[in-house]
Amino acid sequence: MEVQIQNLSRAFGTFRALDQVNLDIRQGESLSLIGPDGAGKTTLLRILCGLLRPDSGKCLIAGKDVLGDQRFLKSLIGYMPQRFSLYPDLTVSENLRFFADLFQVSASDRAARTKRLLAFSGLGPFLKRKAADLSGGMKQKLALSCTLIHTPAILFLDEPTTGVDPVSRREFWNILEDLHMQGVTLLVTTPYMDEAGRCDRVALLNRGRILATEAPGRFSGFFGGLLFELRCEALFRAVKALRSDEKFDSVQGFGDRIHVAGRGSETGLVSRIRSVLAREKIQVESLSRIPAGIEDVFVDLIRRQDS
Amino acid sequence: MMISGRLLAVMRKEFIHIIRDPRSLVLIFLWPVIMVLLYGTAITFDIKEIRIGVLDFDHSRVSRELLRDLTASDYFRISGYLDKRSEIDDGFLKGRFTAVLVIPAGFEKQKALNTGRIQLIVDGSNSNTATVVIQYFKSFCMLHQWESGVAVSAPLSLHPRVWYNPDLKSAHFIVPGLIAVILMMICAQLTSITLAREWETGTFEQILVSPVLPHEIILGKLAPYLLLSLSVSVVTLAFSVAVFKVPFRGSLLLLLVLSIVYIYASLSIGVLISTRARTQQVALLASQILTLLPSFLLSGFIFPVLYMPLVLKAVTYLVPARYYLVIIRGIMLKGVGPGDLAQPCLLLVLFGTFLIAFSIHRFKTVLEKAPWAG
Amino acid sequence: MSPPAGRLQGGYSVVVEDLSRSFGDFCAVDRISFQVKDGEIFGFLGANGAGKTTTIRMLCGLILPTSGRGLVEGLDIGKEAEEIRKIIGYMSQKFSLYEDLTVSENLEFFGGLYGLSHAQVTRKVKESATAADLEAFSGRRTREIPLGLKQRLALTCAVMHNPHVLFLDEPTAGVDPISRRDFWALIHELASGGTTVFVTTHYMDEAEYCNRLAVMHKGRIAASGSPKSLKNRYQKGSIEEMFIGLVGRERTADDD
Repeated sequence: MEVQIQNLSRAFGTFRALDQVNLDIRQGESLSLIGPDGAGKTTLLRILCGLLRPDSGKCLIAGKDVLGDQRFLKSLIGYMPQRFSLYPDLTVSENLRFFADLFQVSASDRAARTKRLLAFSGLGPFLKRKAADLSGGMKQKLALSCTLIHTPAILFLDEPTTGVDPVSRREFWNILEDLHMQGVTLLVTTPYMDEAGRCDRVALLNRGRILATEAPGRFSGFFGGLLFELRCEALFRAVKALRSDEKFDSVQGFGDRIHVAGRGSETGLVSRIRSVLAREKIQVESLSRIPAGIEDVFVDLIRRQDS
Repeated sequence: MMISGRLLAVMRKEFIHIIRDPRSLVLIFLWPVIMVLLYGTAITFDIKEIRIGVLDFDHSRVSRELLRDLTASDYFRISGYLDKRSEIDDGFLKGRFTAVLVIPAGFEKQKALNTGRIQLIVDGSNSNTATVVIQYFKSFCMLHQWESGVAVSAPLSLHPRVWYNPDLKSAHFIVPGLIAVILMMICAQLTSITLAREWETGTFEQILVSPVLPHEIILGKLAPYLLLSLSVSVVTLAFSVAVFKVPFRGSLLLLLVLSIVYIYASLSIGVLISTRARTQQVALLASQILTLLPSFLLSGFIFPVLYMPLVLKAVTYLVPARYYLVIIRGIMLKGVGPGDLAQPCLLLVLFGTFLIAFSIHRFKTVLEKAPWAG
Repeated sequence: MSPPAGRLQGGYSVVVEDLSRSFGDFCAVDRISFQVKDGEIFGFLGANGAGKTTTIRMLCGLILPTSGRGLVEGLDIGKEAEEIRKIIGYMSQKFSLYEDLTVSENLEFFGGLYGLSHAQVTRKVKESATAADLEAFSGRRTREIPLGLKQRLALTCAVMHNPHVLFLDEPTAGVDPISRRDFWALIHELASGGTTVFVTTHYMDEAEYCNRLAVMHKGRIAASGSPKSLKNRYQKGSIEEMFIGLVGRERTADDD
């Protein structure tokens, strides 16, 4: 086990940010941590990096307590905080050099690594540009490059793609996938469910507790009930009408579709949905039963824990 | 403590920060010059054209001679004549006079018998001014061999003040002191802000996950500002000598070396603040509280340490400006050599080293706040 | 507090013609034209740095255009910025709330900016769809409340004065899926009440919730239309695919 988190708890005042968290990450595994705001994701990453002390429990990285040998730990991990944490007044190359110096990357390794990082980040043409003048996507790639300069074996990324456009987001995840292929262990938090699905496993954290840890394809097993996908006109009016019917556990808009969850027989639920929409004079384009995805489970588990 | 590549990395980065922000850089150099210019001209204890009201009951030749001599000097100006004693109070209240000269009837006759007495009544509401006026008038009387007796309209304690001397331009005395005050403020502010900024922008979180050690961060940040502050002190010094014609009697090299020591001690105050301050605002406020008033009031800049109450006197030992005042005034005005300045120099080194060692020891590498609290 | 009588032109809330804005040599917005219908939710998509925020700032009268013309509710963005500010609401990704004030103090303050009395603010908060949450947290410092609620608070502050047009600049960045849905329910609530909503986002599922979209790329409008018509035109199954096809293809050819 590369990363072991055992009975980890941490409170801020009366607020329990983490509550008896247990989680193992295997060497070379990629795991995404999802959960609502304030679920404890950032707190968990900070504890893993030795930036924050837990109240109880412990974290082991490569078998060693994170509160122990700091030097060993810091050479092993890379951490990219949620906020952009590079020097805006320094150029791309100055930022890279600064972090190479901090990690004492040898002169012989430095050139090759910088070259490789610039190649995959596409930052090559912007070496002389100040970090402040980079676009959002480029900033994130620079931050990642600075995090990778010492070739960490384990990477902790806290919402690396927040505020980044879809194209840059996809490019960023392609880079992460390459790293994964090279054997880097990844722990990533994200508010994007499609990104979570690109990892080996997904862990769902809510109110400081892990609700589920599973491979993305097997998440539907956590879903309690039947799930239907509906396409129709007047999406939000339909959502409102369906929500007012107590028969359904949850009604969620998913882009141009609606996911309706409920319990009982499939035929019973289908005719119920149709009758509600008919009453509102909303035309149904398609309605079919689907397996639950990560986001459906996310909504379902959190609703059940919170109620 | 070895000089590591990481220490050099922090230093280099800090240098880049400084040169990347030319506007702040200009302000850092301009501010002390402006301060010296303003305070050097405003805080002056030289008073000219003291407004005198005259209550002459004698109307004699001698009394006219006295008044002629008085107006002949640069220091006094007669700004009105009174008829009755009862008008004096009103004149003071309206601010028409700073002092009133009373010449009693029969003054001419008594003068001939060498028993002539005149009276100067001074508005004591500003004790500094009152003291100066009295002193000026005494000298005036001595100069013209007029005998004088003095009374003041408000309770006034008369301390002999070392800074009073009509021959000494107060700018000569004040400007070197100002350099000490300004340097201490600038040094503390610069260092305390630079660390707080890293907390604010979140860059600290990124650095803390690297193997960098607290002393490398602190010393790496200190070195560039030491150099910057030294250049500021040279510019300010040159300006003071050029504009205020402050004499420079001692060794320039000695002053520069001791200035480095002083800057080191002053920077350490900023370092101490930065171990706790998490925002630039707090850092700025803390450094002002810790430097502005102490360096002004408890350094001997305005009030001589010699005459302070015991408790305050003890506190002055914690104000680096106190030592530097001895150094800079000694070197510039008196031409004192290294032997006499060894003690203040040593105390400054001790002061700075203690604060920096303490700060490194107390340096937090662990975040305490909840993530959403910024 | 009634905004100037409608000077609407043909039912359009926002009309932009050949609008440009340069910063030095850099042309952030390059001769764009579009219209937003009264009461619709208009999604403004684009890569980082495509010119979305610059456009919004011009429409809010925060910066002046270099050339071209823009009308918000019939008011000229170049000449009547002050009038415009009275009838629009604006919420940026930074939320612009005072973190050290409590929830109710923030509401009072923003209400006060638009001249609302204490009673009016209270009524407005009661009417809002997040009334329950806002009241539950009313005494708490804004710093301490959950991000999703903070975002809804910012929205409530932005619509305190019943704006005709609401500009939202990446209002849901970094917010979890549940909070984002809650937020979009509010947006639809406002739109059905007649408010025109102009919104930028990087979440392509949210783009599907809009009535019409415009995709901005390098200061120009690369495509516009309803989500459905855009998907049809570019033969893509989702707006995300459409976006990546439109913006990504061009981008790999040259730099950012």
